Amino acid sequence: MPEHIVKAYDRELEALGHRIAEMGGLAEKMLSEAMDALAELDVETARRVVASDPRLDALQREVEESAVLTIARRQPMAVDLRECVAAIRISGDLERVGDLAKNIAKRTAKIAAEARLPRAIIGLKSMHDVAAMQLKDVLDAYAQRDVERAREVWSRDAELDALEDSVFRDLLTFMMEDPRNISFCTHLLFCSKNIERIGDHTTNIAETVVFLVTGESLPVERPKGKMAFEPAESS
Amino acid sequence: MSLVMDVPAAQSMSRSDLPEKVSVRHLSFFYGETQALKSISLPLHRNEVTAFIGPSGCGKSTLLRVLNRMYDLYPNQRAEGEVLLDGENILSPDQDLNLLRARVGMVFQKPTPFPMSIYDNIAFGIKLYERMNKAELDRRVEEALRGAALWNEVKDKLGASGLSLSGGQQQRLCIARTVAIHPEVILFDEPCSALDPISTAKIEELIDELSEQYTIAIVTHNMQQAARVSEYTAFMYLGELIEFDRTRRVFTSPEKKQTQDYITGRFG
Repeated sequence: MPEHIVKAYDRELEALGHRIAEMGGLAEKMLSEAMDALAELDVETARRVVASDPRLDALQREVEESAVLTIARRQPMAVDLRECVAAIRISGDLERVGDLAKNIAKRTAKIAAEARLPRAIIGLKSMHDVAAMQLKDVLDAYAQRDVERAREVWSRDAELDALEDSVFRDLLTFMMEDPRNISFCTHLLFCSKNIERIGDHTTNIAETVVFLVTGESLPVERPKGKMAFEPAESS
Repeated sequence: MSLVMDVPAAQSMSRSDLPEKVSVRHLSFFYGETQALKSISLPLHRNEVTAFIGPSGCGKSTLLRVLNRMYDLYPNQRAEGEVLLDGENILSPDQDLNLLRARVGMVFQKPTPFPMSIYDNIAFGIKLYERMNKAELDRRVEEALRGAALWNEVKDKLGASGLSLSGGQQQRLCIARTVAIHPEVILFDEPCSALDPISTAKIEELIDELSEQYTIAIVTHNMQQAARVSEYTAFMYLGELIEFDRTRRVFTSPEKKQTQDYITGRFG
């Protein structure tokens, strides 16, 4: 795309992109460290994740402020306006991803003392791997303005929903087997919900990338996995 | 998650069914040997505001001047193609120009009040077209000044010179003069470029109100103004119509790269 006549305008938009990239990197790191901490029940790593969150929050505020300032100062149109709106939205989603990773880390610190059932965590690890891949892909899609890649991320979220469902069933089984598992497994249930929500934020970002590049919106409904306890279809 | 400006979708859908008040078809225009418009075709929808945008020299003011045959005042200027006003070609040689200019009014970039009283500025135009008694004329002058949102500011000094008003008031006086003769279409040629932001806001509010009764075309260099006041936007470049669409579409995700480059300030 050709440069703006006013060079400072280009620099403002570039700076927005760089901050989003930094937020994305930080959110990815928090998610992977939170999962490592959970898998190893490593309280030290978990604390580090919690300590990273203020930086992500600060970055989000910076993105919002500069986007609002650019809107006020330059009255952006078309792709530039979408750039500003997209930055605000994506920074909000990434900030939430950080919060959810932080929540996993906090739960890790709580359950580390009563380590039980390493196999209960295997399902969560698979969920994490999918979510982390989705997050990486969507950040690449944003950086490269790649609509196809964003669409793929968007339609792949059902996979994560299906995994969450199976983790839910496993954890439920463990709790029924032995009531002493209940506290531990409840925390893990919340962790799996957190990862599933990270997937939702990832698809939000994918939608925003499509909007940013094309100006079009994806359909409201996206492909859904089957939910646990969904009423059985009568056939 | 579409970026809708301010017209609810349902409303804008129903409004798109409004008929064409003016249909420009394959319009070309020449200043002597120079071709300023190249086969332009676009509609002006009834009771809607259509904005013409584009860099200087793109032909937008020329297009506006064709719509009431202003160019007839100058030698060596000619138009080809058709401009249909309610289905009748106004470019045809037997078109009565006085009647046309009563139906298609124009407001210019710089306010152009006549050097006479505020009252006479309005009454002058009415008396050109119609005969009526003083009471009726008073009523029409008041109606026009109210229509141009100027009545409250001038009702106690109708005898004062039109030139004694501020720039913004003068421009509204010119709008009052235009609406006084009950036109059907009003053309605005950069009506706010000489005005301060508050006067500009008043004119924009006025354009919004006027669009309920009149079909409006506006030429503006201010893109935000085009985005604010119009329902349709035409982007022109070097005498050609590059893109014509709903304003909210043109300013959020235009179809053509040239349009995008222009409205985002990337035009080289």
